Order: sequence, then C-alpha cells, then structure tokens
Amino acid sequence: MSMPKIAVIGDRDSILGFKAVGVITFPATGPEEVKEALREVMRGDYGVVFITEQAADQAREAVEEVNARPTPILVPIPSSRGSLGLGMAQIRRSVEKAVGADILFGKEGR
Amino acid sequence: MEIRVNPTRMELNRLKRRLAMAQRGHKLLKDKRDELMRQFLVLVKKNKELREEVEERLAGAFRKFMLARAVMSAEAVEEAIMYPKERLEVKLGRQNIMSVHAPKLTWEKVSRETESIYPYGFAETSAELDDSISTLAELLPRLLELAEVEKAVMLLAAEIERTRRRVNALEYVMIPQLASTVRYITMKLDENERASLTRLMKVKDIVRAKGV
Repeated sequence: MSMPKIAVIGDRDSILGFKAVGVITFPATGPEEVKEALREVMRGDYGVVFITEQAADQAREAVEEVNARPTPILVPIPSSRGSLGLGMAQIRRSVEKAVGADILFGKEGR
Repeated sequence: MEIRVNPTRMELNRLKRRLAMAQRGHKLLKDKRDELMRQFLVLVKKNKELREEVEERLAGAFRKFMLARAVMSAEAVEEAIMYPKERLEVKLGRQNIMSVHAPKLTWEKVSRETESIYPYGFAETSAELDDSISTLAELLPRLLELAEVEKAVMLLAAEIERTRRRVNALEYVMIPQLASTVRYITMKLDENERASLTRLMKVKDIVRAKGV
C-alpha cells in the first residue's frame, strides 16, 4: 500500500502551524497560486489535502475537479481569518442532494 | 403511454416477463435507497458534529498562533518550525458502504527520537507557539477523521441521488408503460377473438340459409 502524504493549501499565517506537525505546506494566496497548488497535489501522491476556505473560494473549478476524484480528499478548513462557512455549506449541499430537502440545518440561513 | 408493439401472444408473454422483472428491480432498488439513506443520515450527523468541533478548535489554535507571531519575529517562527519532528503516516484503504467505495484512512505517528512534539528548543520561542502547535498536533487526527467522513458523505449523497433516479424512472415510466402495453395487447387479442367468433356465426348463418 502506498504511503500518501498530507498537505495543506492556504495563506502563510494559516498553514505555518501545520508545518510544525509534519504536514506539507503549499503557501498560496492568489487564484493562480491556488490553482497551481491544486494541480500539484493532483499530480503527487497525496491522500488528504486541507485547504483554507479563502483559498478554495478563489479556485472553485479546480476544487470541483479534485472533489470529483477519489483521492486526494480535499477538506476545506477555516483560515486564520475565520470561517466562511464553506465547509458547512458543502455538507448542506450533500444533504439536499440526497434527501431533496435541507433537513439537517433547518432554517438557519444560508 | 404504450410501447408500440405487435399485439401478439408472444409479445404479450415477453412484456409480462419484463414487467415482473421491472417490479422486482424496483422493489430492490427502493430497499437499497432506504438503507443508503439510513446510513447517510448517521454519517452526515457525525460529519456536522465533527466539523463544528474541528472548526472551533482550529480557530483557537490560529488565535494562539497569531499571538505567537506577534511576540516573535516572523523569521524566528519560521526557523523554529523549519524541521518538523513528528509526522503522521497515513494509509489509504477502502471501506464499502452499501457497495459505495469510500476511502478509509488509518494513520500512525512517526516521531523522531524524543517524546516532545515541538521541533525546537524552548529558549527562543514563546509559550503561545507551544500551545498552538500542541493543539494542532491533537487536532490532526480529528481532521483526518473529518476528511474520511466528509468524503463518504459526498459519495453516498451521489449514490443516493443516482438510486433515487432509477427508482423513479422505474416507478413512473417503465412500469406504467409496460402495464398499459400489456393491457392494450390483452384487449386487442380479446377483440380479435370476439371478431372471429362473430364472423364464424355469421358464416354459419349464411351457409344454413343457402342450404335450406
């Protein structure tokens, strides 16, 4: 079995801490950098890739592309500047897709 | 809506078999959908809880990290964490949830020498950095768990949608179509039978009238 790596994509402040615990970091702030980082993790042997919501927001198409593949697993995380609620929105989308209605989050806004 | 076929007995038998098959498939798919849904709801609940927990703790770690950056110079922080001491080795396996292949993650810590998770000495760094890094180290397994659950939820949602489409296609299109075609052929055959019967009776009448 292969030994996939863990990576994190985002702005420096958000990802630097991860470096200390042995996660491979891809600093990326602009859309182009994020896209390039995503391309990079698709090429390499990565099992799990965390990406700050701010970064994910800048390259939605590339994010979808990664999501369509079995690996790496792309997980949006809040950045050091806080959460955009993107990760939760994704769960909500899954529920809507499966159930046909949003039964999990009730009416608590979008 | 009927399927255009020749109203023959052979066609009728064929259609009846297809109808029975469609009904069986429909029942099976419905069961599959219900079970998928049950599993999905359990997973999605777990997903939500995990994400809430992780996001909150991550925010805490970031706060401390920012504090650390405020009291230490950027270079000092970068230097301190330049060489990670600990590494998580991840293994990517597969789990099978109702024949949906979701990734399964297992991991173990690989640390070099000592017990300390900090890749630096304590002399030149601030306590906030220690705090933030130890929180992150604790959080990483939870993050991986989140990754696994979240992917499974996404895959299951797609599978449920697919299954529901198939159930609906069978229920609202295939089965009514087959049933009405079966009815059409039966009626046509009965009609033909009655027609030939009356024809025979008529012929007999004519023959009898001429014979006398």
